[in-house]
Amino acid sequence: MKKVILITCCLFLISILHAQDKFFTKTGQLHFDATTKSSPTTIEGKHKSVVAVLDIKTGNLQFSILMKSFLFKQALMEEHFNENYVESDKYPKCEFKGLVLNNVDVNYTKDGSYNAKVKGTLMMHGVTKEIETTGKVIIKEGKPQLKAIFSITLTDYNISIPNLVSDEISRVATIDLDCNLEPLKK
Amino acid sequence: MKKIFTFFTLLILFNTYSWAQEDLLSQIKLDSAKKEYVKSAFKSPRVIMSHSIEFLNPGTMDFRILHRFGTLDQGYKNFYGLDQASMRLGFDFGIKRNLMVGVGRSTYKKEVDVYAKYAPLQQTTDNKMPITLALVSGMTMNTSPWQNPNQKNFFTSRLGYYFQAIAGRKINSKLTLQIAPTLVHTNLVVYDFQDNNVFALGIGGRYKVSKRIAITCDYYHNFNGLQEGITYDPLSVGVDIETGGHVFQLHFSNATGMNERAFINETYGRWGKGEIRWGFNLSRIFQITKRKKNSW
Repeated sequence: MKKVILITCCLFLISILHAQDKFFTKTGQLHFDATTKSSPTTIEGKHKSVVAVLDIKTGNLQFSILMKSFLFKQALMEEHFNENYVESDKYPKCEFKGLVLNNVDVNYTKDGSYNAKVKGTLMMHGVTKEIETTGKVIIKEGKPQLKAIFSITLTDYNISIPNLVSDEISRVATIDLDCNLEPLKK
Repeated sequence: MKKIFTFFTLLILFNTYSWAQEDLLSQIKLDSAKKEYVKSAFKSPRVIMSHSIEFLNPGTMDFRILHRFGTLDQGYKNFYGLDQASMRLGFDFGIKRNLMVGVGRSTYKKEVDVYAKYAPLQQTTDNKMPITLALVSGMTMNTSPWQNPNQKNFFTSRLGYYFQAIAGRKINSKLTLQIAPTLVHTNLVVYDFQDNNVFALGIGGRYKVSKRIAITCDYYHNFNGLQEGITYDPLSVGVDIETGGHVFQLHFSNATGMNERAFINETYGRWGKGEIRWGFNLSRIFQITKRKKNSW
């Protein structure tokens, strides 16, 4: 009896520690657009090195974005983004920590596209807020791809948009996220 | 037996618990941070009159319109100097992270000036390089008619040169200071008491009072080119206002000249006597080349 329990426990522990249940990327893509309808120029930025980790067992999902690495078509816009809006020297990172709420509905072993509900906290510009959105988990050859389009209100994160540019820069930014995950090897 | 069982149960519970709260991001080995240069030390590549340690982004052009009005002490009859205006039109180009060139033409003496600014050292965010050192080399050409057309005049008499080494540091996100030892060489000077080679030391700085507004100050001490009662050290105090695409530099100054030769050698006003001018620099930045693939 004693031995059985011990062995079961050990096996359980080993299975927890060694199963391939984590997937990650360091090259996730993110695009944001905060252009108003009346704006003559597009206010958009791209990010090509989003860090994302997904634990398929628990549905734990985390993202980290280095604010300085956003790229813009105009160099001056990039400078102003960092200097005047997100203040990337003071707040270098944006992080999301959350859960895939319907993780059980996603069959990670079978190719296909699954709808995912995600809820968690988004920390940006020194402000942490709960957000909830829907996205897609696309399984291809055993690897998940995460896709989501959602919007955030910049003023919620104390990112103020002066009146002078409020006819160009929208208070709501649309975010388009696309991450191809690979198995995380320890 | 019971103890072992409880121990393992707790261990499993703890394990699953810690697992739910796990910081997944910490398990990713991130590439060590790249060397990063300090940006936005000034809102513009010029403090007010003089070059700053700030460079234009590569592929951008700065179109600058500079105005200096008449002296304030002229009173209401000349609308405190606003009836007279002297200007400089300029085009500055960012070529590399640490290299820019520019050309301009001033009303004063119908002078054309060109310059190149290069930074062999640039301040980094990790403070391994604590300062930016920028070297400026410029040339001015007076294109107004000869003052004495009857004598033999040489083309080289129109030319002047200036060389600067600007050392500065963005001390924190608000405060930037710089010093600029400068040599101005003028081939033909206006007065015989003037030296062809003039040494000056510039001190400039800015203090940001809000995200888009900064107070600026720009001063040169002229060591050997001043004549008492005629020429003085130039001092400008102003406000930088950034509105997105434009930077407005509004200021008061005792100098009319808008290139190094002119404001170091030929500043005729005195602050103490109200011989101050209102002036503004308007800077508009254009992206003139497409950014590289890896950047957009």
